[in-house]
Amino acid sequence: MNSVEGVVIASRGGAPSIFLRNITKAYGETIALSDVSLDLRAGEVHALLGENGAGKTTLMKILYGLSQPDSGQIEADGVALKIESPRDARAAGIGMVTQHFSLVKNMTVIENIALASAKTFAIDLAGVRTEIVAASARFGLDVPPDAIVSSLPIALQQRVEILKALMSGCSYLILDEPTAVLGPNDIDSLLEVIRRLRSDAGIGIVLISHKMAEIEKVADRVSVLRRGQVVSSSLANGITSKELITLMVGEQQSGAEQRQRSASPSQSPILVLDSVGVTRETGGLSDVSFAVRPGEILGIAGVSGNGQTELVNVLSGTTQIDSGTIEVEGRQLGSNTPQSLMRAGVGILGEDRHASAVHALQVVENLILDCVEKFAGKFQLRRKEMLSHCESAITQFEIKANPKQAFGTLSGGNMQKVLLARLFSRNPKVAIISQPTRGLDVMATNYVRSLIAQASKQGTAVVLVSEDLDEILELADRVAVMYRGSVVGIVDHSEASRESIGELMAGIAK
Amino acid sequence: MKARFVLRASTPWWRGPLLVGAAALLTILISAIMIRWAGGAPIPAVRYMFISPLQSRFGFTESLLSATPLVFTGAAVAIAFRAGYWNIGAEGQLLAGTIGATWVGLHAESLPRIVGVPLILLAGMLFGALWALTPALLRTRLGIDEVVTTLLLNPVALLIITGLLNGPWRNSESGFPDSDVIADSTKLWIVWPNTRVHFGLALGVVIIGLCWWFVGKMSGGLKLRAVGLAPNAARIAGLPVERTLLITALVSGGIAGLGGASEIAGVAHQLTTGISNNFGYTGVIVATLAALSFVGALLVALMFGVITVGSFSASRALEIPSQIGQLVQAVLLITVVCALVIQKYRVVWTIKRSEGRK
Repeated sequence: MNSVEGVVIASRGGAPSIFLRNITKAYGETIALSDVSLDLRAGEVHALLGENGAGKTTLMKILYGLSQPDSGQIEADGVALKIESPRDARAAGIGMVTQHFSLVKNMTVIENIALASAKTFAIDLAGVRTEIVAASARFGLDVPPDAIVSSLPIALQQRVEILKALMSGCSYLILDEPTAVLGPNDIDSLLEVIRRLRSDAGIGIVLISHKMAEIEKVADRVSVLRRGQVVSSSLANGITSKELITLMVGEQQSGAEQRQRSASPSQSPILVLDSVGVTRETGGLSDVSFAVRPGEILGIAGVSGNGQTELVNVLSGTTQIDSGTIEVEGRQLGSNTPQSLMRAGVGILGEDRHASAVHALQVVENLILDCVEKFAGKFQLRRKEMLSHCESAITQFEIKANPKQAFGTLSGGNMQKVLLARLFSRNPKVAIISQPTRGLDVMATNYVRSLIAQASKQGTAVVLVSEDLDEILELADRVAVMYRGSVVGIVDHSEASRESIGELMAGIAK
Repeated sequence: MKARFVLRASTPWWRGPLLVGAAALLTILISAIMIRWAGGAPIPAVRYMFISPLQSRFGFTESLLSATPLVFTGAAVAIAFRAGYWNIGAEGQLLAGTIGATWVGLHAESLPRIVGVPLILLAGMLFGALWALTPALLRTRLGIDEVVTTLLLNPVALLIITGLLNGPWRNSESGFPDSDVIADSTKLWIVWPNTRVHFGLALGVVIIGLCWWFVGKMSGGLKLRAVGLAPNAARIAGLPVERTLLITALVSGGIAGLGGASEIAGVAHQLTTGISNNFGYTGVIVATLAALSFVGALLVALMFGVITVGSFSASRALEIPSQIGQLVQAVLLITVVCALVIQKYRVVWTIKRSEGRK
């Protein structure tokens, strides 16, 4: 059935065994990977590091046959491999555990594994059970074979996934952010499993991660991807966490202008978070405290996945806090619902512009969606007023759109401008702005940044959450750094540098 | 060969009408084959079904009468679906409405008609809304899928009717499980003299108009559409998503219940277990065929009225089963849904590269 030519099961000698050569992949105009080469060796943990959108997942999808490269090829011991589907990849000895598990939740562990390895019509469940027990012992992956998958905690479900991949005979295993879903103790035992697979079974492992600590613990080799290119590939013991962070976020771009900052604001803070906590098994918030004054921009920096998204959800009211308090203008909010935050004068620009607007509705309708009542007449919406409001917003914010056009047909930059127009036309006292320029071109990026600077000049307090460190250094008056769900430090812009912030981001400074 | 659906970037104006025309043609073709299979002559059957009801006054007014409950259920389903609330329970809500209406109808002997009629309609509406309340609360408070709960409550409503008709409401003269005839003061006015076309049709048209105006023109309607199209975006914009869903669900149930009251007070005048000829389920088809537009739902309901009457005359004249009408409606649903998909997506066929070739 499958059409793999010249499959060679990797020798376990430590020579480069699987080689991704000059891989390029574009989605439309966005170049996801540009001429990327990477070698994977048996018996080695190869960590793949990079920010969101750097191309890590795309690269691994290509290796696992979920996506085809535009150019370049995959070789095993010098022989070209043809991987057009996960089936081809598995036949070549490559397995993958994705972030979202592909287990049938209502089946037992045995049934799930039998399903993956079934080659005949008849399934010998007892035989599979014996194999599972043997494989569990061999790889040090204890799983209860008779349990229903949905009854297992997430860490055990992950073990089942790993075992499933190993039992289908893979000698290379891709783990896509495996620790993102785990708590601290489970992370340690997963790292132990990874070590054991490498040393005892000679499996080559690709570990996709953002987290320095675990890379330091298990990786033999680290490659850093940035904007679709490999910017570094080296042995893990030859490089420090600080260097890795610098590689990940990139060098200071020349010509990035510093915003004119007013003299230190003396007013009392308008938004105060005091020991805010969100209890979660993973990815919650703990003891987040900061204050923002009118006219100030507080940047929130951090390696992605350290609680920034949760913080934005809290400030937009979509996640309820479990402890601590939020004060706006000296008044404590009873509960942080979207409505109460809006009433208090907090506006939001979410990190996902697509999820923040209704694609099928018109630009004008999206623009007034948060203040529909303002345009409600006695028997109908006052469309003329809506349109003139929209037209003035289009002029003011330089939006290239027709008011009656469907929002979904706009370009990313124009979508963002519409959402910013919606945010600022409320004259918010506090603006929470998350990843405002992600995926935008240079022109749009500069414009959006100038809008944010302008708003703060007019007295709006801005909380700017961004993975782009340049953006934060350019705009922020102070920078708060998040690490593992907490604010680990707040640095004034005069003292903020890539080095000082980078250390805090890596969780190695105190 | 493998088919993939790719979203179309743009749609020329003629593609919609062309696809609907093709769907209609395909429906007639498939129906003709089925009619031939059932032993009838296809061409006269198609003529009986689609054309002859429109050629006589009786056929036309009977078609209007058949369409009346579908106008209500079509509107009820359309408004709920527009808000993203998947109410499959219009059948049960309509039946609950008939219970409320019958209850008022049996106890309103001495009232003047100008009081009795509003009362019976109000009762139908309230009972319909009440029947929609439980699934709506389960959905908005606990996140329990409304498709299942609204659907499963439909047979429950019918069982309650069966219970009532075999118990307290058993016919006092014949002893059959049909209720007594409701009081004259609660019967709806006939709006077309010497036919059975009653005030319910006019009311249905008004409901359609109100729904169209509300959803298209009013601020609440914009909120409802936003909630239906992208609930998370609506939530981020500060709209009360759960409250919108709850109110829409109750309004939807109320409209369906009003349809039930219109059947009791307008034409049946008594409650029977066969009071609803699957009007609620057909309402889902009506709303879907209309692509959730209210004026469209009115037109589709009228067309279904014609098909219902036409299929009876076809079955009488050609000795084919009268269920052929429902069959045509079902085939129409499938072809139109296909047409809607093709309007939105392009089908790309890919031939899998043959093995071993490079």
